[in-house]
Order: sequence, then C-alpha cells, then structure tokens
Amino acid sequence: MTKTVLSISGLHATVEGKEILKGVDLEVAQGEIHALMGPNGSGKSTLAYTLMGHPKYVVTGGAVTFGGENLLPLTADARARLGLFLCFQYPTAIPGVSTVNFLRAALRAQGKEMPAREFLNRLSTEMQELKIDESFRSRYINDGFSGGEKKRMEILQLAMLRPKLAILDETDSGLDVDALRTVADGVMRLCGPDMGVLVITHYPRILEHLHPDRVHVLHDGRVVTSGGADLAQQIEREGYEPILGTAVAATA
Amino acid sequence: MAIQAKELTKDYQYGFSDVDVSVFRTAKGLSPEVVASISQHKDEPEWMLKFRLKALDHFRKRPMPTWGADLSGLDFENIYYYVKPVEEMSRSWDDVPDSIKQTFDRLGIPQAERKFLAGVSAQYDSEVVYHSIREDLEKQGVLFSDCDTGLREHEELFRKYFGTVIPPNDNKFAALNSAVWSGGSFVYVPKGVKVDIPLQAYFRINSDNMGQFERTLIIADEGSSVHYIEGCTAPNYSSDSLHSAVVELIAHKGAKIRYTTIQNWSDNVYNLVTKRAIANENATVEWIDGNLGSKVTMKYPSVYLMGEGAHAEVMSAAFAGSGQHQDAGSKAIHVAPNTTSNIVSRSISKGSGRTSYRGHIKVLPKAYNVKVSVRCDALLLDEESRSDTYPYMDIDNPDVTIGHEASVSKVGEDQIFYLTSRGIPEQDATALIVNGFFEPFVKELPMEYAVELNRLLALSMEGAIG
Repeated sequence: MTKTVLSISGLHATVEGKEILKGVDLEVAQGEIHALMGPNGSGKSTLAYTLMGHPKYVVTGGAVTFGGENLLPLTADARARLGLFLCFQYPTAIPGVSTVNFLRAALRAQGKEMPAREFLNRLSTEMQELKIDESFRSRYINDGFSGGEKKRMEILQLAMLRPKLAILDETDSGLDVDALRTVADGVMRLCGPDMGVLVITHYPRILEHLHPDRVHVLHDGRVVTSGGADLAQQIEREGYEPILGTAVAATA
Repeated sequence: MAIQAKELTKDYQYGFSDVDVSVFRTAKGLSPEVVASISQHKDEPEWMLKFRLKALDHFRKRPMPTWGADLSGLDFENIYYYVKPVEEMSRSWDDVPDSIKQTFDRLGIPQAERKFLAGVSAQYDSEVVYHSIREDLEKQGVLFSDCDTGLREHEELFRKYFGTVIPPNDNKFAALNSAVWSGGSFVYVPKGVKVDIPLQAYFRINSDNMGQFERTLIIADEGSSVHYIEGCTAPNYSSDSLHSAVVELIAHKGAKIRYTTIQNWSDNVYNLVTKRAIANENATVEWIDGNLGSKVTMKYPSVYLMGEGAHAEVMSAAFAGSGQHQDAGSKAIHVAPNTTSNIVSRSISKGSGRTSYRGHIKVLPKAYNVKVSVRCDALLLDEESRSDTYPYMDIDNPDVTIGHEASVSKVGEDQIFYLTSRGIPEQDATALIVNGFFEPFVKELPMEYAVELNRLLALSMEGAIG
C-alpha cells in the first residue's frame, strides 16, 4: 500500500485579508504524480505558496501534514528541509549570488552537502541534461535570465536538491514546445518512488509528458472533482465549463 | 562564510585588549608641548617640527566641519596623541613581543601574511613593530617602510612629496594629523618597476582613548605599478577613540597605484580620514575602500586627474549597523583633457544605521573630452535604516560625458522567501543577499581579504532580521 506524503484537509487561507482557499482537500501518495488544474483565479498558485509557507498567505483553518508531520507551524526553510520543493512561476533574482554558491548554500542547509568535486560533477551532468550552458554556473541566480532559462534553473535546483515532493507552479507557462519538452523530460527523469510531483497548470499540454496518476480540478478555492489522466483529456477536449457545471450542480 | 553567522557571538569578536605594553606616551590632550615632545621623541629634523607646529595652528583655527556627520561627541582633550609601544622596530617575527604576537594570532594575520605577503608592516598603536620586505623588492629598489623610517632614511625624497597632495591647511582633520602624525607606510616604487605582489599593512588601535594618526605616502614613479593593501581592526572600548589618517598617493606618468582598504573599527571610533591621489599623464589610480564598523566615518577618497589620459577608479562599500553613520563617497577632479573616472559605491544600512554617499565631480575649463561614470546603490535592511545621497557636480567644460545612477532598495520579502524555500534559514538568506550586494566590491579583493570581509559581514549581520 502506498504511503501518503502530503495530506491537506479543509484548508482555508487568506491573502491580504481576502479568503482564497475555502476548504481544500487533497492527498498525494509517495512517488505519485498529481495534476492540479483549474481556470484562472481558482486559487492554484495560492495553494502552492500556502503549502510552501509564504508569510503573506495566512492559514485560517484546516490541516496539512507532510510525511506525517504538521506542516503549518513550520517556516518555509523548515518545510524545505522536510523535503518540500516549490518550482516558482516567477523565480526571483538574487544579484551577486552565483548559481554555484546558491546551490551549495541550499544543499548545506538541507544537510545534503557533498564534496566539491562530486558536487561539480553532478552539477555538470544535470546542466547538460537540462541543456543549460556551463556559463550559468557563475551567473547570478535568475539575474537577467529569460523566462525559459529561469524555468530550467528551477528544474536544475529540483535535480540537485531531490525533495520528496515537488510542486510545479505553472512551470509550463511561457515555454516554447522544445523548452517544455526539456523541462518535462527533466521532471520525469527525477520522479520515481522517492519523489512525487504536484503539477499546477492551466493547460493539459504538459500532462502529455508527465502522465499524472491523478488529476484534480480546483475551482473557487475548493477541489471540485478528481479523476485519472482521462480527466485532463476531457478538459483538453471540452474545456472547464462542462466539468465545473457538473461539479457546481453536484454540490447544489 | 556568511552561513556560519549564527554560530558566532554577537559581541565584537575582536574586542579584546592586551596588557598595555607602551613605553612612552604623551599627556592627554593637545598643545604645542605635546607636539614638540612627539617630534623630539622621534628625533626629527627641525623642518618637521615646524611643519607640525604650523599644522597645530591650522587645526586650532579651523572650525569643526558641520556639513557631514555628527561630530559633537568628539573630545579632543580626552585623547592620547602619541603612544609608543616598543623601543625598537622589529625586522623579523621572532623579535616581536609575545603579547603583540598573541594579538596578531587572534586576528589570524601572521599565518596568512607569511605565505602571501611581500612585505608586512603592522601598526601597533603608533609605531610599526613588525616590518619585513621580501628581498627581491629591495633589490628592485622599492622602498617600503613605516613613515617615520622613510623620513629618517630617505629625507630628501620624503620631503619632496610629503604634504604636497594634502597640505596641513586642507581641512581640520588633515591639520590634526599633520601635527601629531606617527607611523603609517612610506612606499616608493622606482621608474618602470612593477611590484607584482600586494604590499600589506595591518593597523590596529590598542590603547584606550588612543588617537591614531598614521600617515601614508606612496609614490609610484614613471611607468611603475604597485598595489597597497591596508586592513584595520580596532578592539572595543567604552570611551570613544579617534582615528584620523592622511593618505597621499602620487602616480607619475604612466604609473598605476591601487590602494585597497578594509576598515572595521569598533563602534566607538571616529574615523575621519583624508585620502587623496594625484594622477599624472596616463596614470591610473584605483581606490578600493571598504568601511565597516566605527561610530562615525567620514572618508572620500579623491583623485586629482592632473595629466592628460589619467584614469581614476573608486569602488567603495559601506556597512552601517545601529548607531553608526558611514558618510563616505568619492571625489574626482578633472584638471586635464581626456581624463576618465569611474565611481561605484555600495552601502548597506541596518537598524538605526545610516549611510550617506557624498560625491564631488569637478571638471575644469581646460579638461576637454572627459568621461565620468558614477553609480551608487544603497540597500536598506529594515524600516529604521536610512540612506542619503549627496552628489555634487561642478562642470566647467561642455565637452564631457557624465553618467550618474543611484538606487535605494530594500531586501525584498520575495527574495527572502525564494531562498528560504530552498531550506536556507532566514538569517543566512539575508546574509547571502547582503554578500551578493557587495559582490562587485568583494571580487576586487585578494582571496584572504574577501574571506575576512565575508566573516566581518556575517558578524555585523548577526540578529539583523527579527
């Protein structure tokens, strides 16, 4: 039987006083790939930030456990050390901090430090897999990167840090077809029994590469329906409206 | 490294003080008798005594400057102006007294120095106690000594340049230094000689209420080049100390001087320094100037571009913690045509700390085709901290290209969140951002100084973010 890594029940959260999450229920088992879909403004990114612990996102009700531990009292860095990772939709630039120094600091903080030679070898391999030029080693993190470069850099961090669960927040947005394939291949290479994925997206396109075990639809701060990969295909064919119509009707 | 921030204590790490080993000190306060007694003790020529007394006169006549930082806490009568720690200059490490060695050991200096350094000249209170020059430098005719020795052994050369860049009546604190100066470095690099290893000096105030008035004079003759590095770490005392140095650089035709300083005075020191360089035809002068600590720092390294084709480069970094004011900046005076200057300033304020950038660009009527670039960036760590910019420009020639950029930013919540989401604790995340902000400065430093600066920053950052 698979073990639950992330368990969310009745999660309510506000941003600047406005309630965005209105009772989210979701479970992700160890090593599974889940997709969280939904139209604009449904609360997908809010869920991602709330799970990672952004101070602006205030939990007002419900519970979240990660690997059996209560996630909610923990700061973002402690959540990361438990094995939670967020691929940002808009990664932040840190001028003056090189990719190498940043990654070493993160690995050290997570107790995953390795000898310099091993680190550099692994970094080289992962960069080649993601088609990131060697020069990015010494470039300042996300500083002056294009949208696609930033997304690849997020996946590089994922590859180096090897979390238990990665939340991909609209990682597919702003990527061309080739970049999308590189990024999706990168994620597929990494996920397995030790690493699960919760991919947040508007579009089913990335899911053709990621083959999710489960698909959930978020609407107005709640998960309104869940299903298998065929649910994503249905959304691809028919859009959200029929599903949301049914879901809204079902709850009425 | 910054990551170790929380392992370090909050106290000023170098705030220990050794048993006072002074053998001679003047009475507290300032008078012609005190000045004469310094000169007599050093057995100086008559002209230097006259120079000192005239400077004292200037000092007394000049009012306290009120245009910059608050100096009202400074009491000139409560300061020893001259303390001599040991009888004789030591040439080798073995001759240095044990208690002084321990001080250096605690600073972690000698091991690094022995490996890397060309000559070491460490100022302990007012007198240089340890000074060695690698033999090949001596063979090249490079002179590197403390300033008193320079006067004694090379009087003619010394007198030709001493006080010519910064005359005693330049400002109140230059006058004070000129009256009571002691120690500092004297460097002469002969024509065409390129000194390929940095010359290093380490200064340190040790006596309570001890003013330190070192005087540095560096002359790079035609076509020569030299890199001089000075670091300062003062121990922590309860009553306020004064450091007022004068540094004069002369770069002759085609010569290059780089002067690197990292100062980390304890937070009761008034650090009021006059630094000025003359760049002749096609000469380059570079000031790399890092200011941490002190209660008040006022320091504006300047370059007078006197010869055609001369170039000035000033890169400064300042960190002001609570109760500290770093009033720093730079001046470039373009006297000759086709001269260029590039000024980069980065400052960080934390708590009630305050940084000011004060710059002066002057282009004289005959200085055609001048290019100036000024860029100053300030980073504020919290709501309380403050930063100001005072850029003055006097441009008397229309044929100039001037770029001026300034920015003030705060450490962003999103930056902190991004780093913490990778497992890095908030305090270390802030330290990373701060180190990153200083990176353009740090990469100009030799390795061991970069490491030390990062360590000092980590100490200064302790408890920065609540």
